Amino acid sequence: MPPTLCFRNCGQRAVLKRPKTGDALCKECFFSAFEDEVHNTIIQGNLFKSGQLAAIAASGGKDSTVLAYVLKLLNDRHNYGLNLVLLSIDEGISGYRDDSLDTVKQNREDYGIPLKILSYESLYGWSMDAIVKQIGRRNNCTFCGVFRRQALDRGAALLKADVVVTGHNADDIAETVLMNVLRGDIARLQRCTAITTAGEGSIPRCKPLKYTYEKEIVMYAYFKRLHYFSTECIYAPNAYRGHARAFLKDLERIRPSAIMDILHSGERLAVREGVRLPARGVCERCNFVSSQPLCKACTLLEGLNRGLPRLGLAKSSKAEQMLETKKRIITAPDF
Amino acid sequence: MSTSEGLLRITLEFRGGAELLFDNVKKHNVKLPLIDKTWTLRNLLLWIKENLLKERPELFVQGDSVRPGILVLVNEADWELLGGNDYVLKEGDTVLFISTLHGG
Repeated sequence: MPPTLCFRNCGQRAVLKRPKTGDALCKECFFSAFEDEVHNTIIQGNLFKSGQLAAIAASGGKDSTVLAYVLKLLNDRHNYGLNLVLLSIDEGISGYRDDSLDTVKQNREDYGIPLKILSYESLYGWSMDAIVKQIGRRNNCTFCGVFRRQALDRGAALLKADVVVTGHNADDIAETVLMNVLRGDIARLQRCTAITTAGEGSIPRCKPLKYTYEKEIVMYAYFKRLHYFSTECIYAPNAYRGHARAFLKDLERIRPSAIMDILHSGERLAVREGVRLPARGVCERCNFVSSQPLCKACTLLEGLNRGLPRLGLAKSSKAEQMLETKKRIITAPDF
Repeated sequence: MSTSEGLLRITLEFRGGAELLFDNVKKHNVKLPLIDKTWTLRNLLLWIKENLLKERPELFVQGDSVRPGILVLVNEADWELLGGNDYVLKEGDTVLFISTLHGG
């Protein structure tokens, strides 16, 4: 079988079939298609303004490694006028995060972008290893997820960043759409496809890789020889997301456009007027966005610090009961 | 038959976390016996499952193909351009498997 030639008639041998379009492209034409699409997403979404400080949420994984590389390249090529900084969160998971942080440090050297690492320990007084000792391995991912969301906002505020940039790709967003449908979470379903979101603090978040397929991110990293970290977290993986992901990948095998189709479905969904959505207020303790008087992170922390680690995991009525019981035990007269 | 004429020599590489299923070894030089059989990627996958995979085969193979989410490149080109499972392996080919299912 003769080699397939590049669809753009450049005469080169094609190296990949694009999942989005089915086009066969050579290495160079793929690079330019990939970079141009991210550039178009940035321009059409009006993601940045000249002079802004953009904090790239960097985990050392494939998505944020490619994001940092491409953003640096496009910023230079198209004169966005952005100041870039890498922001990494150290959850304090030995054997996992310490290794991936080495990758982020390498990104700092390779791309010449300054790096700020913030730890859960310094932000919350608790590392994930310490939390797992208290809570065990069943609900630890809840703590980690809730803390990470705020940690990025807190880190960005500390850096005085104007915008936080995350590496969420088209597959991630399609997965989230599916999960929100399965859970009937209308409020999240409505906002999960937005390219720029409010974040939990006051700093907006955006996703320049929103329309980029995971396959192309991995191929781009491979052909550009970008070094990234790819080990699963040592604590329990997110089982629910795992199922949504496997389902999505099965669909993609049959019809690669399924990912973009689900993403568009999510974007097109509108909530009927008059449907009551949870009000987004502000946490009375930390001022971050919350639908309850006390945000989830503060509730979880309260539980950890009071020796009631399950507090934040329970429904709010049950949590009150737990606090009452604890109070009674503490204040009970010593006969 | 164990003479070198009866063997197909190829290189297998595993990356992106796929190597974790192979004792963390990223590169394997293998010799496949050429007894009344052409080696397609489909056959190769069965061979890998029986001879190389160290754990959790369901994370690598699904049905008679590679698990969706694992990319396959033959000599640096996407297997989707080469006929996928029906591609016939040649002496000296390098087959690379990259998992996209790890980390983020």
